[in-house]
Amino acid sequence: MPIPSVQTPSGRRNLYPHAWHDVFPVNARLPKPTEQEELMYRAIQTFVVALCLLAGCLATGLRAEENIRPLVDALGATAFPQKIEAVKALAVSGDPKVGDILQNLSDGKLYAPKTGGAVYLEGPSGGTYLDVLTGAAVAEVPGNLAKIRLNNGLRGAIGTALSQLMLLSPDRAARLAASRDLLKDANPDNLDLLNSALAQEKDAEIKATMEAARAVILLKTEASAEDKKAAIDTIAARGNRDALTILTAAMNNAPDDLKPSIQTHINAIERSLAAWDVAQNVWYGLSLGSVLLLAGIGLAITFGVMGIINMAHGEMVMLGAYTTYVVQQTIAAVAPGMADFSLAFAVPAAFLFTGLVGVCIERSVIRWLYGRPLETLLATWGISLILQQAIRTIFGPTNRQVDNPSWMSGVFEAGGLAITYNRMWIIVFSLGVFVALLLLLKRSKFGLQMRAVTQNRRMASSMGIRTPWVDALTFGLGSGIAGMAGVALSQIDNVSPNLGQNYIIDSFMVVVFGGVGNLWGTLVGALTLGIANKFLEPYAGAVLGKILILVFIILFIQRRPRGLFALKGRAVEQ
Amino acid sequence: MITQMLFSRHEKKTIWAVFLILLAAALVPLANLLIPEDSVFHVPGYLVPLLGKYLCYALLALALDLVWGYCGILSLGHGAFFALGGYAMGMYLMRQIGDRGVYANPLLPDFMVFLNWQELPWYWYGFNHFAFAALMVLLVPGLLAFVFGWFAFRSRVTGVYLSIITQAMTYALLLAFFRNEMGFGGNNGLTDFKEILGFNVQAGGTRAALFAATAVALALALLLSSAVVRSKYGKVLVGVRDAESRTRFLGYRVENMKLFIFTVSAMMAGVAGALYVPQVGIINPGEFAPANSIEVVIWTAVGGRGTLIGPIIGAILVNFGKSIFTAAFPEFWLFALGALFVATTLFLPKGVVGTVQQFLARRKEQRQADVVEKAYQDKATAKAESQLAILEPQAAE
Repeated sequence: MPIPSVQTPSGRRNLYPHAWHDVFPVNARLPKPTEQEELMYRAIQTFVVALCLLAGCLATGLRAEENIRPLVDALGATAFPQKIEAVKALAVSGDPKVGDILQNLSDGKLYAPKTGGAVYLEGPSGGTYLDVLTGAAVAEVPGNLAKIRLNNGLRGAIGTALSQLMLLSPDRAARLAASRDLLKDANPDNLDLLNSALAQEKDAEIKATMEAARAVILLKTEASAEDKKAAIDTIAARGNRDALTILTAAMNNAPDDLKPSIQTHINAIERSLAAWDVAQNVWYGLSLGSVLLLAGIGLAITFGVMGIINMAHGEMVMLGAYTTYVVQQTIAAVAPGMADFSLAFAVPAAFLFTGLVGVCIERSVIRWLYGRPLETLLATWGISLILQQAIRTIFGPTNRQVDNPSWMSGVFEAGGLAITYNRMWIIVFSLGVFVALLLLLKRSKFGLQMRAVTQNRRMASSMGIRTPWVDALTFGLGSGIAGMAGVALSQIDNVSPNLGQNYIIDSFMVVVFGGVGNLWGTLVGALTLGIANKFLEPYAGAVLGKILILVFIILFIQRRPRGLFALKGRAVEQ
Repeated sequence: MITQMLFSRHEKKTIWAVFLILLAAALVPLANLLIPEDSVFHVPGYLVPLLGKYLCYALLALALDLVWGYCGILSLGHGAFFALGGYAMGMYLMRQIGDRGVYANPLLPDFMVFLNWQELPWYWYGFNHFAFAALMVLLVPGLLAFVFGWFAFRSRVTGVYLSIITQAMTYALLLAFFRNEMGFGGNNGLTDFKEILGFNVQAGGTRAALFAATAVALALALLLSSAVVRSKYGKVLVGVRDAESRTRFLGYRVENMKLFIFTVSAMMAGVAGALYVPQVGIINPGEFAPANSIEVVIWTAVGGRGTLIGPIIGAILVNFGKSIFTAAFPEFWLFALGALFVATTLFLPKGVVGTVQQFLARRKEQRQADVVEKAYQDKATAKAESQLAILEPQAAE
């Protein structure tokens, strides 16, 4: 629900800074009406009000909305005190339309005759007018319509009325937003309003916000020392960055006996904020690490288990992302209602498609190159160039738009952490893929055959395992996992033909750092590098942080040439 | 001693290659400058720096071949040494601009003025002297290779792992040089050069001279490589390539041998980069891209690794093909390059030169076998002694 912005009573927060009444201050231009004129206006106005009431009763048999019409038309009065009275009366009328009317008034969309009278809403096109209450077009309007003028006093009244409306609104979200606005912009004028709203509030979260707002207001007023102390405790209990700012501000003009208590609260909040910062960094690091894990885990199969330096790995990721794009487009065309579930189709589709591409590559090129790892590097690099160019020819060089489903967009807060849904789902997804892969390798027949072929090809072959098939399927598996990584990356990165290039070096770093041929090493390596990167970023900046990580890995490889979790045994000496 | 090394016995092929390169060094500039434009033999002005670029690539490929073809170290970071040499030369050329830049600052290059820098960073000092810059062209890549190799070879990082960390090295440098704070022009790199040694870099005469200098450098590098490869040290190097552990157990300090050839190769790559920059007119961080280094590997592989003229031929062939392809069908160049990678590894593992050599060797063997067979047949007809007398000199060869 769009929440009308609340203006403060002082009217400092102007929504339309370039409206004409700011350029030409109203008060300066408007000649003060003489007493006689004012009397006349009032007479006319009363007459109009009466007329409208009459017409309303006659025409529609007293519809509820018409009850406020005289009040609305009173907004068209020429004198500001009268307008302010009308605003206040509208605010307490309890009519649901009042919020929109006041907002329109503050936006300068309401018109009334220059001499005062019935109020009209500005129409969608210039020169047309609508009825304020019904929204229906009005054919005939008085000729001398002008925008209803505002001054600071009126703006203040509108702001108070709006926040009052919002604070008492039956809609929970509106109340929450209003109370948050009050907290942000604590104005002592709103104290009474807040007190009355607090008295009827039932919702715990809104109540807490309102109490905090009340506490902030109390600190600004000349409340008693006990009240202020209670207020400080209330604020400190919130424990976030806003509370820290409020308390630091309050520190300056607090009475001396309160200062030590404020200081302890400030220190406590700072400590907890620092802890949350660390937690947030860990979270960001986990998020980056899970992306690295997704990108690297397929490589851990092809490079780690099979010993193939698959430089086309990044392009498999890219193919997966493009599969997601195609699936999404297809679903949007065939069954638009299923758009939110397109990822559920994209994941298996990407796995199968890239897996198939992987099997084709293995059968056509790589099987001739076993035992010559450096040459697989060159051949797969060539394949990666071909795949890139093929995608560029088919889909064009520009980025493709892949939409987030609704359940993957948005943020929620857990303690002091702001967690985006798409990052969270990617972490869940990457861990899911990892566990599935681990189970496949350790518990399935195919996994057993795969490990047998890796450990001793000839023996496995003698036992009746069709090693060429196992090779092809293993490479297909690694490629398919890269494709699934592409599905995830399409949610957070640009889907372009160069997508894979950005991940290939990182993936190799993860696998080499973690230890070749060891899935757990890949997991630890990915998460370590992700978290280390995010902890370096605040100090060194994103690029320098990445450089430091690369240098660190280069040095690390010198110390442990076989990675973090090295395979032991004679296989190493190949 | 160096001259003795340079002019000691070389293979006939190498001598021919050096001769051809030097001939080109003389003929191309002459054909460009002296022969009138309407003649068939005239080399148009745009072609001279293009050919010079090919020769720079050839020098880079030769440098890579020294470590990969003869020592088995597949470096995926030679583009970094090339670019470092290029940056050293670029810094000299930037300093030569003086106050003729857009901002007319006598000391600071334009991009520093633009970034609001007040004084020249310390590492830019000295680059206004050509001799210092030339020294840095050798020293900076050499030092990086020495330090990198010292760590890597001592801890016995070999094979694939070495390839990957050299790639990481060039990638890290790519990221670093993209940063404006590094003081090397960031994204845009160094460009807009005016003069080299007082001559206008755009002038035809300077370009011809640069081409000749590149060709001479390539010829010298070829002689040097040949001397290294044919020395006793070179033989051990091949031993390291084919059986590293065995060579180590025979008592050779494998890591020192690798370190030496790696450093020499990096310096050669630096020289190639330094000659490349004035001819192309720009150096930017894109030269550090890992893809570039891998492309060098394919030039070497196409020409034939483990031979000295192979990488030169490969670099020229592939880049010539690239020039034609990107002009005629730009969208197909990556298809062609990719197919070249795959085809070379699958069907031409020894490269063009290696395959031709193999073919020639086999024919020679075949011929000898024919002769021997004929000898046996003749022996059967009881003319054995006289035939064997003919065979003997051949066996001695």
